[in-house]
Amino acid sequence: MSDIVIAGIGQIPVGEHYTIGLREMGVRALTAALHDCDDLKPDALYIGNLLSSMISHQSNLGALFTDYGRLDGVEAYTTEAAGASGAAALHQAYMAIRSGFVDTVAVLGVEKWSDLVRSEAEAAIMQEMDYDYESIPGLTSTGQAGLIMQRYLYEHDLPSDALNGFAILAHTNGRNNPYGLFKNLISSESYARTAMLSDPFNMYDGATYADGAAALILTRRELLPENFPHPIISITGSAASSDSLSWHDRHEPMAFTAAARAVSEAARQAGTLPGQVSLFELDDSFSIYAALTLEACGLADRGKAWQMARDGEFAINGRLPIMTMGGCLARGNPIGAKGVYQVVEAVTQLRGAAGASQVPNARTALILALGGPASSAIAHVLERE
Amino acid sequence: MENPRYWRLKKQRYGLVGEVCPHCNSKIFPPRDVCPECGSEARTEYAFSGKGKVYSYTVMRDAPAGYEQNAPYTVAIVALDEGPMVTAQLTDLGEEPVQIGMPVEMVTRKLREDVEKKGILVYGYKFRPVMQG
Repeated sequence: MSDIVIAGIGQIPVGEHYTIGLREMGVRALTAALHDCDDLKPDALYIGNLLSSMISHQSNLGALFTDYGRLDGVEAYTTEAAGASGAAALHQAYMAIRSGFVDTVAVLGVEKWSDLVRSEAEAAIMQEMDYDYESIPGLTSTGQAGLIMQRYLYEHDLPSDALNGFAILAHTNGRNNPYGLFKNLISSESYARTAMLSDPFNMYDGATYADGAAALILTRRELLPENFPHPIISITGSAASSDSLSWHDRHEPMAFTAAARAVSEAARQAGTLPGQVSLFELDDSFSIYAALTLEACGLADRGKAWQMARDGEFAINGRLPIMTMGGCLARGNPIGAKGVYQVVEAVTQLRGAAGASQVPNARTALILALGGPASSAIAHVLERE
Repeated sequence: MENPRYWRLKKQRYGLVGEVCPHCNSKIFPPRDVCPECGSEARTEYAFSGKGKVYSYTVMRDAPAGYEQNAPYTVAIVALDEGPMVTAQLTDLGEEPVQIGMPVEMVTRKLREDVEKKGILVYGYKFRPVMQG
């Protein structure tokens, strides 16, 4: 049991927020998280964001959000690790409190996506890959997931719809998430009918990029207010790892080694094993990422995760629930904010407040955010007292 | 458009010039000056043959800005005969479907349109099926 707790959570619905900008989105999430913990006073603010300088033409988000969020004067800056930016901000917050420099930290994940037309936004997010050697040839992150999925299907001799279990599960779990983008169920038939984006990768195999903002307030256990209204959720593991920027530079391209390292280290810190947690909020930005993560972490045999997804092993009532509030595939992918949404959802589960998506008796949660194809990987373990 | 950047990368884009490690003889692309295999300094230029095989491929239907005119187009990971893998478009594809393991060779083609209207087109390597016979 660690003495660092997540006291407050806040989020706005993931979606296309044409009427509000980066700053309004971030302030709303931050305000909600502060309200949720009876207005603890943060000493620092760490922000996870990838694209604000490209899409909103706005940098120095630390000054922006301390100003508009009325956290006047506290230290504040952005951490960036592509799709793991929000998780990096949380890792930073955890380290800052453990170091003794600060006591209470606000973590904000925020991403404004919908201000650009699709092709320009795709050109912006391309920079999370190797710009000179992956992006310039005309590849996007979605295309890269198509390359990885193609190789997976080839190596394991699988049909093109093999991975459909992940999208079907995500949409089943996401129906009850009021903050998610999609509330519709999908079937293997509707999966088979949907349009190809980057063959063999179809529209259901990738999470839809969208606007989002989510926030956390971390503090020391002894600083919680009297009559704290929620179950106490502590952070018992926090670990980050990295791998080659370019997918083509990996010795074992299908191994997702950084994901395995971050998860095993976070679990070791927490004194648990990845297979023993109540739920695993993994990174399903693309369904192939979910499959390779489960295989890298020893939770599925190589080439078998897709079958386990189809067999219900990862459902709410299965052996290891994943994507319990819909994951990225149904919630939407707010990129730099994704890692914070995952934690908000895990805390909701551990508080027992997940409604129809509640994992029974949830005590521990493992969370993994990836930047690129596990080029960056950041894992956390949470525990309910 | 960043002129020095494109000028600086011309050997790689037009000639597939990487490096060879003088210590362990590993071939390196793109150049990184430190051998990824043995960790030694490796600054000796090495021009790759441009021959390789398809490791994986995908069809890009949702092209980013600057690439829409060619969409849909095929991007592959090519395992070069000398070892390294590169990401590149496939071109000159006839009726024959792309397959993993298919032999390909480097050609020079236009990569990107003048998306910022500054008069600069980006050229570089693509790969095409090896001509038979």
